[in-house]
Amino acid sequence: MATLEIRDLHVAVEDKEILRGVNLTVQSGKTHAIMGPNGSGKSTLAYAIAGHPKYTITGGQVLLDGVDLLELSVDERARAGLFLAMQYPVEVPGVSVSNFLRSAVTAVRGEAPKLREFAKDLKNGMDALSIDGAFAQRNLNEGFSGGEKKRHEILQMELLKPKIAVLDETDSGLDVDALRVVSEGINRFRASGDTGVLLITHYTRILRYVKPDFVHVFAGGRIVEEGGPELAEKLEAEGYEQYTKASL
Amino acid sequence: MGLNEKPLSTLHEKASYDLGDFEVPTGREEQWRFTPLSRLKGLHNGKAEAAGHVRVDVEAAPEVTVETVGRDDARVGKSFVPSDRVSAQAWTSFEKATVITVPREAVTSEPTVLTLTGSGDGAAYGHIVVKVEPLAEAVLVLDHKGSAVYADNIEFVVGEGASLKVVSVQDWDDDAVHVSHHHAQLAKDATFRSFVVTLGGDLVRLSPNVSYTAPGGDADMSGVYFVDAGQHLEHRLLVDHSQPNCKSNVDYRGALQGEDAHAVWIGDVIIRVEAEGTDTYELNRNLILTDGARADSVPNLEILTGEVAGAGHASASGRLDDEHIFYLQARGIPYDEARRLVIRGFLGQLVEKIEVAEIRERVLGALEAELAR
Ligand SMILES: Nc1ncnc2c1ncn2[C@@H]1O[C@H](COP(=O)(O)OP(=O)(O)OP(=O)(O)O)[C@@H](O)[C@H]1O
Ligand SMILES: [Mg+2]
Repeated sequence: MATLEIRDLHVAVEDKEILRGVNLTVQSGKTHAIMGPNGSGKSTLAYAIAGHPKYTITGGQVLLDGVDLLELSVDERARAGLFLAMQYPVEVPGVSVSNFLRSAVTAVRGEAPKLREFAKDLKNGMDALSIDGAFAQRNLNEGFSGGEKKRHEILQMELLKPKIAVLDETDSGLDVDALRVVSEGINRFRASGDTGVLLITHYTRILRYVKPDFVHVFAGGRIVEEGGPELAEKLEAEGYEQYTKASL
Repeated sequence: MGLNEKPLSTLHEKASYDLGDFEVPTGREEQWRFTPLSRLKGLHNGKAEAAGHVRVDVEAAPEVTVETVGRDDARVGKSFVPSDRVSAQAWTSFEKATVITVPREAVTSEPTVLTLTGSGDGAAYGHIVVKVEPLAEAVLVLDHKGSAVYADNIEFVVGEGASLKVVSVQDWDDDAVHVSHHHAQLAKDATFRSFVVTLGGDLVRLSPNVSYTAPGGDADMSGVYFVDAGQHLEHRLLVDHSQPNCKSNVDYRGALQGEDAHAVWIGDVIIRVEAEGTDTYELNRNLILTDGARADSVPNLEILTGEVAGAGHASASGRLDDEHIFYLQARGIPYDEARRLVIRGFLGQLVEKIEVAEIRERVLGALEAELAR
């Protein structure tokens, strides 16, 4: 049983306040969707929780099972059980996917996996996400298409088995087949244990595969409305206009 | 980051076997302006006492012959003329030369490894000739270690249709000074691959030169260096295209960290009037890991003919990318290891080019050890 608690979080980028008091609790076993207009601060929330150096926390707390994540370095947060699937995964030249994954799994588990087991896990993970085996030898994200990058984010999540996963627009830019494959990956992850998911998205189409328990509307740097899955349908039909007006 | 000035033309630089033809450098000369002369321990001004010793041990492939010869051997000094004072000093002062011959059409079954080990106080001078006869193929490793004040000239004479792959590792002790000239001379359709790895030493100044005696020559010169606090590691490449339809490719990468870590890379490529159809590219990239480190990178392309197949150069120096480090850390990898992975990736991409697996592993091992320090 894991709990991620975000309490009155304020975040600034280059002296500009972006998040203005975010409150949200994600428990394992639950899936939360966050929807909101461009520029409302969704990625800022995701990066700030993960500890990206660009973002300055100006107030509030983020607790994972009572541990203050904001006191931890980026890698300590990940080892504590937090995972962020990035909206734009970066290309890292010269670092192969397999080498990177082995380093990450070793760091998160606290010991190096047996080579054969790791190779098997990797192969199964890649197969399940329809990733060609040749990708293991390629440089991390280098020259990957948008959809390929997103699949690799999910592959990492499945191998690292975090307590709480934040998925920032993992569904954007995916074709129908890829969307299905990625959604199945998320659902496998949800079914695999006691894990919570915070899913940032613009579209209800992924929510048909990955059923959320809660939907939050994000506007102007805070959560402005909350509800069940029906809220997503309403947003799709009506847009964000009423919220963006309200937040200004 | 350093200067990016255009050097003066290297076209008319003086060349001579006679030490007296070279004035003692003052540090204002284009050739010497980056090098801290006071740390050369007299190699440049004739004041170094020749009391040091650099032992040459050769593990030769069965197909090659190895000889130690005197200054008067006819094969020595045929492929080059010294073009700076220290090269001329080494030429004047060496006593015995090592001559390695790869016979015509021989394809060596294993690399030939020369281990050069420095010891003792004072300067030492060396000379090596590697002669690859027509249609032969060889792989050579030069491993420099120990403590030395050492100046040398190495001739790589690559015959018609022959191929030579050389890896030269400079992993000297912290106090070593090494000024070295590699002279590769390529006959018709010859292939030359040079991979330089410079890690250890107080001051290393290595000048790989390539010249062509006939069309069809193909030279590829790569290098990686890792400069720690206080080290001066300088690489000065010169490719002289004087024959039509030859190729050259230069790619050097370095990482620098610590106070007064100083890297210098000079890439001179000349394409003479007669060198039509030349295809050349040169690249230098530096990763500056800390404040106080400095990289000077000066590519210089002189094109004297209108008929080139391709000619370009690029030079870039920058910091570690925060986004790379963040991404790796976000997957649980601790900062130090993330940093190591990125640096190793940056340099390793070049090492992957080494075709001989045994040597590739060796170079990766040396880099790994350097990064683990
Ligand atoms: N370096 C920066 N300097 C100034 N403003 C920034 C900087 N980085 C982000 N912002 C601003 O922060 C706001 C929130 O950006 P964020 O990326 O969190 O939005 P988002 O909700 O994820 O949008 P999208 O749906 O387009 O992904 C935007 O207005 C953005 O321009
Ligand atoms: Mg975003």
